[in-house]
Amino acid sequence: MTDNNKPYIRVENLKKYFHTKHGMLHAVDDVSFHIEKGETLGLVGESGCGKSTLGRCLIRLLESTAGSVFLQNESGDSYTDLTKVSASVMKDLRRRVQIVFQDPYSCLNPRLSVWELIAEPLIVNRVFSNTQDMRRRILELMSTVGLAERLENSYPHELDGGRRQRIGIARSLALNPEFIVLDEPVSALDVCIQAQILNLLNELQREFHYTYVFISHNLSVVKHVSDRIAVMYLGQIVELSGYKELFIKPLHPYTQALLSAIPVAKLDVQKERIILEGDVPSPIEPPDACRFMGRCQYCQDICRSRTPELKEIEPGHYVACHFAGEVGL
Amino acid sequence: MEQANRNERDLLLDIRDLTIQYRTDNGVVHAVGGLNLQLGRGESLGLVGETGAGKTTTALGIMGLIPSPPGVVTSGQIFFEGEDLLTKSETEMRDVRGGKIAMIFQDPMTSLNPVMTVDRQIAEMIRLHRNVSDAESLTLAGDMLELVGIRRERMHDYPHQFSGGMKQRVVIAIALACDPGLLIADEPTTALDVTIQAQVLELMKRLKIQFNASMILITHDLGIVADICDKVAIMYAGRVVEYADKRALYTHPLHPYTIGLFNSVPDLDEDREELAVIPGLMPDPMDLPTGCTFHPRCEMAVEDCAKLRPEMAELEPGHFVACPVRARMLGAAQGR
Amino acid sequence: MTNVNMEMIPETTGRKRRGPLAEVLFRLRKSPLAMFGLVVILLLAFLAIFADVLAPYPYQKQHLQHMFEGPSAEFWLGTDEFGRDILSRLIYGARVSLQVGFIAVGIALFVGGMLGAVAGYYGGRIDNVIMRVMDVLLSIPQTLLAIAIAAALGPGLFNMMIAVGISAVPNYARIVRGSVLSIRGMEFIEAARSVGSSDMRIILKHIIPNSMAPIIVQSTLGVASAILNAAGLSFIGLGIQPPFPEWGAMLSGGRQYIRDFPHLTLYPGLAIMVTILALNFLGDGLRDALDPKLKR
Repeated sequence: MTDNNKPYIRVENLKKYFHTKHGMLHAVDDVSFHIEKGETLGLVGESGCGKSTLGRCLIRLLESTAGSVFLQNESGDSYTDLTKVSASVMKDLRRRVQIVFQDPYSCLNPRLSVWELIAEPLIVNRVFSNTQDMRRRILELMSTVGLAERLENSYPHELDGGRRQRIGIARSLALNPEFIVLDEPVSALDVCIQAQILNLLNELQREFHYTYVFISHNLSVVKHVSDRIAVMYLGQIVELSGYKELFIKPLHPYTQALLSAIPVAKLDVQKERIILEGDVPSPIEPPDACRFMGRCQYCQDICRSRTPELKEIEPGHYVACHFAGEVGL
Repeated sequence: MEQANRNERDLLLDIRDLTIQYRTDNGVVHAVGGLNLQLGRGESLGLVGETGAGKTTTALGIMGLIPSPPGVVTSGQIFFEGEDLLTKSETEMRDVRGGKIAMIFQDPMTSLNPVMTVDRQIAEMIRLHRNVSDAESLTLAGDMLELVGIRRERMHDYPHQFSGGMKQRVVIAIALACDPGLLIADEPTTALDVTIQAQVLELMKRLKIQFNASMILITHDLGIVADICDKVAIMYAGRVVEYADKRALYTHPLHPYTIGLFNSVPDLDEDREELAVIPGLMPDPMDLPTGCTFHPRCEMAVEDCAKLRPEMAELEPGHFVACPVRARMLGAAQGR
Repeated sequence: MTNVNMEMIPETTGRKRRGPLAEVLFRLRKSPLAMFGLVVILLLAFLAIFADVLAPYPYQKQHLQHMFEGPSAEFWLGTDEFGRDILSRLIYGARVSLQVGFIAVGIALFVGGMLGAVAGYYGGRIDNVIMRVMDVLLSIPQTLLAIAIAAALGPGLFNMMIAVGISAVPNYARIVRGSVLSIRGMEFIEAARSVGSSDMRIILKHIIPNSMAPIIVQSTLGVASAILNAAGLSFIGLGIQPPFPEWGAMLSGGRQYIRDFPHLTLYPGLAIMVTILALNFLGDGLRDALDPKLKR
C-alpha cells in the first residue's frame, strides 16, 4: 500500500439524495473514505443501504448531490474531482474508471452479439482506427476473461450466467481502466460459477494491478476478495477496517449482528447469534441520530440525539458509534 | 439393511425412482431422473443443488403441481403416509395440498394476494381444510400471526404494508395454518437480507419443533442447511448424488461433486487466494451426459463412469453415495 | 495464465449465423398461419403492382350489355351496375387499399413514433404535455376522428391517407413511448453509458432496436385497421371518388342492389376480409418471431 497521505481515491462528504413523493431519500448520506492504489475495498450492507448508489457516484454514473470524489491523476501528484469535471473531461476519464454490473441478464443488450458487446467501448471511444487491430484486441480480451473465440457471434441469451458475466468484465477491461467498481458481480450466480468468476477477478487484479471496489451483500465473498471492508447502514459507513480486524474484532453493534447472522457451512461453530429486531428503517428524511438506534441493544440517550461520526478507534479501524470499543466485545 | 432401516424410521415421505420431464418443441428436458428420497417423521431434510438441478421440480412433483403440459411425471412413486400421491385424483390432491403438505415459495412478494388482507388469506386457508366458521377462522388467523411474530393489530393490513421479512412470516403462517405434516420450503430466505434471513430461520427452527412437522428445505446455501437440517441430500442434474446425516455429510463428504461444492464456498475462517472450482458447467438438461451425469467434470472419473449410471449405495451406515469409484476406494480401504 | 479457464468451458451448440431478416423469416416459417398471411399480402402486392397487365379489363370499361351479370367465363367474378368487370376493379382496388394501408400507417408511425420517442426519452413536462394531447385524441373514436379530418380536407386518395394516418397517431405514440420507457430503464443502457456512449448512440443502437418488435407488430395490425378505416371513409363517400375502384367504395356502391345481386358486395367484402385476416395472422406471427428469447 502506498503512502496514506496520497491515496488513489479520496471521497469527501459525498451525498446522494433522491426526491420522492414522501420527501428526500438519503441514499448516500455524508460518506468520506479513501481507496489505496491496487487494493480491493469491500462495500457490504443490506439491500437499500446505498452501496450500489455509492458505487455509481464514485464513477459518476449518477450525479452526486454534494461532496467530492478525488481521483489521482496519472502523474500521481494531483487530483481531479470527478463530481465537478465537465462532460467532455468525464468522457476521457471513463477510460480509467469502469463498472461491472450485478445482473448479467439485464446489463447486456439482447440484440448485440458477444463481439459487438465487447467492441462497443472500443468503438465509442475511437480506440482503433483499423479493424484488424480492433479484432486483435477483442480476441485478446475474450481470452483474458476466458471466453472461447467461437462464441464471438453468440447472443447473450444463448450463454449461461457465468459467461455473460465474463462479457461484462471484458467490456469493462476493454479501455484498460485502473479503477473498477464491481457491483455485486457474483450475486446472481451459482456457487460453482461464482468461484470461477471470483478467481478470474483475482487473477486479473494480480496481472493488471486494478483497484477494485467490490460491492456485495455476501460477507463471505467480500471477505474473500477484500483488503479492507466498509460496512454501510442506511446511507452511511458505520465501520471500516482491514478485513481481518473486521472479522476478528468488529466494533460496531451492526457489524457484530451482521457477522453473527452469516450462515456458515460448518458444524459445531460456536457462536452467539445476535438476532436483530425489526427491519431497516426508512431512508427518507432520517433524524439526526444514530441510524441504527432502533435496532441496537446498547442504545443510549446520546444515540437518539446525535449522529455518531466515523472515528479512527484503532489505527486503520474506523467506527461510527458513540460507544465504539465499549460494547459487545 | 436398507429395508430394515426404512421400517425402523417411520417414514413420512418415500420417493422412489421419480422421473419428471418437460416435453418442449425443442426437445425433452430431463428435469428429474430416477430420484430416490426418504424422509422420516419430524425430520428436516436439506435439498441442496445449483440452479437447474431439479430441486424445485421435485418439490412441485410432491405437491402434484407440475405444469402440464409440458411437464410429465413419466415414472416413479411418491409415498406420503403410505399412500402414493401420484395415483391420487386432483380432488384428493387438493385436500393434501395445504392440509397435509404445505409449500413456502421463494419470493414472498409474489406468493401473497395483494388485494386481500393477510388475516383473510390465512383464514381462507384454514376454512379450506377445516370445518370452522368465518369468525373462528379469523381468530385462528390472528393466533397464527402472533405465532410468527406479527402483532395482532396488524392482521387487517395488506401485504404491501409489510416488509419482505414480514411477508415471508405471513407466508409461513399460511403454510402452517392447517398444521401440515410436511412443509416444503423452496429457498425461503434467498430474497431476504442476512439479518432478516437470520430472523426467519430462527422462526422456522422454533416452529418446526412446536408443530412437530417434517420439513424439506430447498436451498443452494450449505450454511443454512448446517443451521437447521438433520439430513442432507445433494442433487446434481436431476438426481440425488449423496444423501446422509448432516454430520456425516459435513465432516466427510464422499461424492466428488459434494466435495467440489464445499470447496467453492469462500471460507470465513481461512484465507485462500484461489477458490477450488469444479471445472465446466452444469450439463444441458436436454442433452445429459451418458452414465454418471457428473463424469465430464469429475477429477476421479474412470472409463466406466461414462457408461454406467451409478446407483445409490450405502457406503457407510446411513450415508448413501452414487459414485462407484468412491465405493471401490472405500471398499479397498476397508479390505486392507 | 489468464486463460486457464478456456478449456473448462465445454462445447455448446455451434449454430449457423443468419442475418436478422433471415432469422425472422426462419422463425416465421414455423407458424403456418403467419406464412399464409405473408403469402396473401405478397400476392396482393403483386396484383396491385401489375394491375395494368393482370386485370382482364380496364377498371372503368363499361360493358353495358352485361350489367349485373354473375360469374362467367368472360367475367370471372361477374359485373356491376355499369357492366364493369368486378375482378378487374378488385385488382385495381388492391392498389388503393394497400397504398392507403401502408402509407397511412407510415404517416401514423412517423408522427406518433417521434412524439412517443421524445415523450419517453425526455420524460417530465414534455412527456406530460404530449401524452395529454394524445389522451384527448384517444378519447375520440378513431373512425369519427378520421371522418372529421377527411371532411375538413375534402375527398381524395391523398387526403384519405392523411385522415386515416393522423387518426391513428395516438396509438403509435403510446406504444413507442411505453417501449422506449421500458428500454430506457434497463441496466444495459446504464452499461452503455458507463463505457462512454453518447445519447445519440444509445438511442440508435440500444433503444430503437430493442423497441422495434412491438412497433412492427402494431404496424402490421395497424395496416389492417387503416384499410378498414379507408374502406369506411369511401363507403360514406369521403374517400376515393368514382370511377376509381376502392373496396370500400365498391361495397358502398353495391349496397343498393344487395337483395338481387349480392355478388356486387360479396366479393369486395371478401377481399377486405381476407386481407385483414392475412395481416392479423402476419402480425401475430411476427410478434413471436421478433422475440429474441424465443430463438432456437
